[in-house]
Amino acid sequence: MIRKTVFAALLAACAIGASAQAQHLRLALREDPDILDPTLSRTYVGRIVYAAICDKLFDINEKLEIVPQLATAHRWEDPKTLLITLRDGVRFHDGEVMDAEAVRYSLNRHLTLPGSFRRSEMGDVQAVEVVDPRTVRIRLKGPSGAFLAALTDRAGMILSPKAAEAAGRNFGTHPVCAGPFRFVERVAQERIVVERFPDYWDAGRVHLNRVTYLPIPDNTVRLANLQSGAVEFAERMEPDDMQAIQGNRNLRVVAVDELGYQGITININNGPRADTPFGRDARVRAAFELAIDRAAINQVVYEGKYTPTRQPIPPASPYHARDFQPEPRDVARARALLREAGVTTPLTVEMTVPNNPDLRQVGEVIQAMVQEAGFDLRLRATESPPPSRRRPGGNSRPSWSAGPAAPTRTAISTASPAPAARRMTAAIPIPRWTACSTPRGRKPISRSAATSMSRRCALPSARTTRGSISGTGRTSWGMWRGSAATGRCRTG
Amino acid sequence: MSSTAAALPVARGQSPARRALRRFLRHRLAVFGLAVVVLFVLVAALAPFVAPADPVQTSWTAIRRAPSAAHWFGTDENGRDVLSRVIWGARASLLAGVISVLVALLIGVPVGLLAGLTGGWTDTVISRIADAMLSVPFLILAIALAAFLGPALENAMLAIAITASPIFVRLSRGMALDARATDWVEAARALGNPPWRLGLLHVLPNIVPPLLVQATLAIAEAIIAEASLSFLGLGQQPPAPSWGSMLNSAQRFLTQAPWLAVFPGLAIFLVVLAFNLVGDGLRDALDPRSERR
Amino acid sequence: MAIWLLRRLGQILPTLLILSVLIFGLQQLMPGDPALILAGEERGDPEVLAQIRAELFLDRPLWQQYLRWISHVVQGDFGFSWRIRMPVSELILQKLPVTFQLASMSFVIAVLIGVPAGVISAMRRDRPVDWAANAVALFGISMPNFWLGIMMILLFSVQLGWLPPSGYVPLTEDPVQSLATTIMPAFVLGSGIAGVLMRHTRAAMLTALSQDYVRTARAKGLPERVVVTKHALRNALIPVVTLGTIGFGRLLAGAVLTEQIFTIPGFGKLIVDAVFNRDYPVVQGVVLATALIFVSLSLVADMLYMAINPRLRQA
Repeated sequence: MIRKTVFAALLAACAIGASAQAQHLRLALREDPDILDPTLSRTYVGRIVYAAICDKLFDINEKLEIVPQLATAHRWEDPKTLLITLRDGVRFHDGEVMDAEAVRYSLNRHLTLPGSFRRSEMGDVQAVEVVDPRTVRIRLKGPSGAFLAALTDRAGMILSPKAAEAAGRNFGTHPVCAGPFRFVERVAQERIVVERFPDYWDAGRVHLNRVTYLPIPDNTVRLANLQSGAVEFAERMEPDDMQAIQGNRNLRVVAVDELGYQGITININNGPRADTPFGRDARVRAAFELAIDRAAINQVVYEGKYTPTRQPIPPASPYHARDFQPEPRDVARARALLREAGVTTPLTVEMTVPNNPDLRQVGEVIQAMVQEAGFDLRLRATESPPPSRRRPGGNSRPSWSAGPAAPTRTAISTASPAPAARRMTAAIPIPRWTACSTPRGRKPISRSAATSMSRRCALPSARTTRGSISGTGRTSWGMWRGSAATGRCRTG
Repeated sequence: MSSTAAALPVARGQSPARRALRRFLRHRLAVFGLAVVVLFVLVAALAPFVAPADPVQTSWTAIRRAPSAAHWFGTDENGRDVLSRVIWGARASLLAGVISVLVALLIGVPVGLLAGLTGGWTDTVISRIADAMLSVPFLILAIALAAFLGPALENAMLAIAITASPIFVRLSRGMALDARATDWVEAARALGNPPWRLGLLHVLPNIVPPLLVQATLAIAEAIIAEASLSFLGLGQQPPAPSWGSMLNSAQRFLTQAPWLAVFPGLAIFLVVLAFNLVGDGLRDALDPRSERR
Repeated sequence: MAIWLLRRLGQILPTLLILSVLIFGLQQLMPGDPALILAGEERGDPEVLAQIRAELFLDRPLWQQYLRWISHVVQGDFGFSWRIRMPVSELILQKLPVTFQLASMSFVIAVLIGVPAGVISAMRRDRPVDWAANAVALFGISMPNFWLGIMMILLFSVQLGWLPPSGYVPLTEDPVQSLATTIMPAFVLGSGIAGVLMRHTRAAMLTALSQDYVRTARAKGLPERVVVTKHALRNALIPVVTLGTIGFGRLLAGAVLTEQIFTIPGFGKLIVDAVFNRDYPVVQGVVLATALIFVSLSLVADMLYMAINPRLRQA
């Protein structure tokens, strides 16, 4: 509920800024989303579009609490059984009624569709039962504190069974959900258009008629479009461009703490590729970490605008461990650790990096840093979705992964692998610089709007309790934007 | 179209190579081109001695410095000396240009000769394959190949070699067909020489001049292709320098550090221009019929 | 003419057939199993893998896979994008107009620069104008067009601020803005072809000017302007036209880099992004589509050649 109002707040705010202009919001995305099928999609940026078209059972509010959305309430009958009451009078974009059967269908689709990327998030589900049209009972294989959190993300999105059944695997070319906007068209790499859905259950709080998402990966172009007024809103701006934005009276920058993080995911126990000194020996990974200077990365690539940290939990979260700070760079100790581990240097390690200019540079900076300790880091550029998931079984290389932490990627250690930990993640959370243009002489878009932009993609910290942090949280590393969010999400 | 004239009778008194050399040297621009090529080859070969700094040595305290006495071409986004990177980049570019063209020659010439000398079905099949490959634009085919082979300088070179080879297939096939029709090959065949010997003994020496011209021009194109692939991230991998990848990262800092984009591009331009000049000069020198009109 | 056309088509068909085999073969170079990539998180599940393989015919012998693929391609079905699951043919059709606009504009620029420069330089042979034109042409050919693009952005966008550095606005949306966003890339693309065109025009003009009919025309006392335009140029343009048509195909390829630099969402960006996304069906589709365009363009070139040059029609 609150999550929805957060979204409405954004719309209302931007509508003030752009009211006369047919209430059409043009929003520049940093990447082109992948397939728009909640079951199959993988990218961070896709969630920004889902926020408009697909409502979820639950949402998260600005305090990182789980709140109902398509559900109205939930109750744990026992630690393994969850009873969810659904909202009345919700319709899908094709006019079908959203009921318990639709929820059962959608959750089962997430669980069973070949190629599903939701399965690991939903792995605990044993059965989904329809109690009555307004009530669903979910039986889990075992108690799970994180399960509800999974339903606040793509796994909790409910699709129209009729449309999904008809389209099959091609559902993503024309998604039909129960969000405030319905899908109109998509031209790959160019635009995604959605329009207001009049029968939305909370239609009174939707103030825009149309939203066009324009993927503009090039930072300069995204900025230029913002400056020329070709878009009203752009997300994740480059620190390099801050000055230009701040110098423009029509633009407003909002810096927000992100819940998502970026980090290095290391394959330590998955197939033959894990069977390297890097995958086997914690000392080697610790040496790798000691060779990295987070402050220098911050300075060189991000103009010092970020604050280094070593955990994926943001400082704003109650779960953030304050006394768990990054160790300073120590090449001598790194070398010593490598000697101790008995590896012959230079040790070749292959790492995939997303094919963005700034992250490629981060890769090169790390490459130069660890080289001094005795690593020969080979970089491989690929597109953004976590490559560890796409690589054929057992072929995962260490990879830079971005976006809100999925439950499977929350183990954060270079120390001895916990038995359950298949992958290790060291985190550099990315602050999302968000900028919003305001047409001349009008009221600037409220800060909360921008905050909610990224909040909407937030992950409840509860989720990190899953994974295998316990006992192994030794030497992760990362960076956080230091300043707190400048805006607050507000219930409308 | 007119480069099929190499099999002309040899003039008396002077060896053709000498005559060609004289003609080439008369061509001032070509000589200039050759000088530039030689200069770049020397710089590339002597890179460890010529370069003022280690091309991959980063310096976090000297990022994106403008050109100065210490760094003639400035420093890049990781504090590396741009001049040294341009010098080492010459290695990647020239190696890629020369090796990929050599490989293309090694693939293209034997196959083309085979087609031209044997004729019949072999010829038809080979020619059709060459046609098919030529009908995909050079760069698109190279990108597709590099994509499927995986990004690496070696793979980029292989991709360039494969895409460049049909040109040589066509050229040597045409030469072989021409040569086969001349009297002295007819005579040699009448004397009972098998086709492969004809190819080796009689045709090959005559197709060297046009191949030389074509290869020089192909090197120019291959250097651009390597730079293009590296620019797209499909060629040389970091941290090793390549002109193409330097230009790629330079584009990010066009407003703050424009010099980053100037020097690598200038280097590509100069080398390619030089190879083109040499190629033009060679054509004029080796092909008496295509005198500059 | 009809017989000639049929014979020409007869030549093209085997070329296309071989091409399709080559492009299909690209897939075999790919490291790893496509089913594993498509399976997502269930890649450990043999049942899912088997299902995907069956769905894509990957469990059949190679020749059967090829036959299935080619029979779809012939019907215009190039498969679907692995990343966004849209039909590849649809993606290509979406992107083609953008690249087509860019290529047409650069073609016009190339012709406007290349042909007159070639004519003038042939008429003022070995004079300073000729030298200058030759030098510029050589520069145009040797200039890597992505560098030229970057330098133009530096000058016209960063320094002077006259033109947007990159981006694209469709012609239908805002023609002025559309031209503003495409003029730089079009010039960058066109400049290389202009150099080639200039050289060929010059050579063809020189040949034509030394022909008997030109001498006759001159002897008849016709003004030089008429001689040049009516007699020499007409004949000189024949090879230029064919070359130009094929040059148009080259523009499509050149667009790959230019679009990357100016972030224009056309054909080139489609294939480059697909390469990094490992969206192999899209890569294959784009290669096949460009080849088709290229082959049809050379057919058009041949037909133009026949049309302009009546002497060939009898043959």
